[in-house]
Amino acid sequence: MTITINGQQRRIEESTTLADVLEEFGTPARGVAVAVDGAVVPRASWPRTQLRPEATVEILTAVQGG
Amino acid sequence: MDDPLVIAGREFGSRLIAGTGGATNLAALERALIASGTELTTVAMRRSDTEGGTGVLELLNKLGIEALPNTAGCRTAAEAVLTAQMAREALGTHWVKLEVVADEDTLLPDPTELLDAAEQLVDQGFVVLAYTNDDPVLSWRLEEIGCAAVMPLGSPIGTGLGIRNPHNIEMIVSRASVPVVLDAGIGTASDAALAMELGCDAVLLATAITRAREPERMAAAMRSGVDAGRLASQAGRVPQRFWAQASSPGRPME
Repeated sequence: MTITINGQQRRIEESTTLADVLEEFGTPARGVAVAVDGAVVPRASWPRTQLRPEATVEILTAVQGG
Repeated sequence: MDDPLVIAGREFGSRLIAGTGGATNLAALERALIASGTELTTVAMRRSDTEGGTGVLELLNKLGIEALPNTAGCRTAAEAVLTAQMAREALGTHWVKLEVVADEDTLLPDPTELLDAAEQLVDQGFVVLAYTNDDPVLSWRLEEIGCAAVMPLGSPIGTGLGIRNPHNIEMIVSRASVPVVLDAGIGTASDAALAMELGCDAVLLATAITRAREPERMAAAMRSGVDAGRLASQAGRVPQRFWAQASSPGRPME
């Protein structure tokens, strides 16, 4: 199935968890937050979060600004 | 701490809140932040694969400066609320500089989206520092909703046009019971001093320092400007007069 992660389309296996996807995407271990379909998923829930087809994943971190 | 800035019960020794945007590199930013004396500094939230994003939190941490995440770039209440929630998750702070702008050219706050987002975030337990227009009524509404500070603009973000409507800022200050932070439009040290003389509790600026020819020197100037303005506002200035008034007594030959 296909999901969108930070604006990029990715094909993943149906059983893949959010934690797997984030690891494959090279997400840093600290200082990031993840939202799936517009809702924040706390870090502790990543390993047991299943993604639906067409899910939208956003990974944000702090950058220079303001 | 002598004359601290108090926001939501937290004390800060510096009345200069800095931004980190616009700095050419982290080393220049570090020197500027140290020279500014700031204890609270904004960061933005962006996709983790955005270039140039890394290192700013580590820098603030090293300098003992509190990071204040903002919702810069958000156009709707929904976007701003989600961004604030993600900042809380990523940074472990429930403080947020709420920024909801209407369009790219003006970067002016969108009042209806701003009020909507502020209300939701206050309900969710955030300490909301709201970037707002220099509109006294909107500022009072934001305070009523429960914002911890209101941050009216002096002029649009990044313009360096200073404080275009000082009287509005004075009206905002005159009724506010939460801190008023002059945010956006500061171009040089006298603008920062004026903000404080008008009664603001603090000044937030980024561009004026980070894009100055010598950011470190300008940061020191801003620090002095804020301090001078604060002292002047507390000292009680002389009333303005139409005619001259000699400061020396009489004339020598009388």
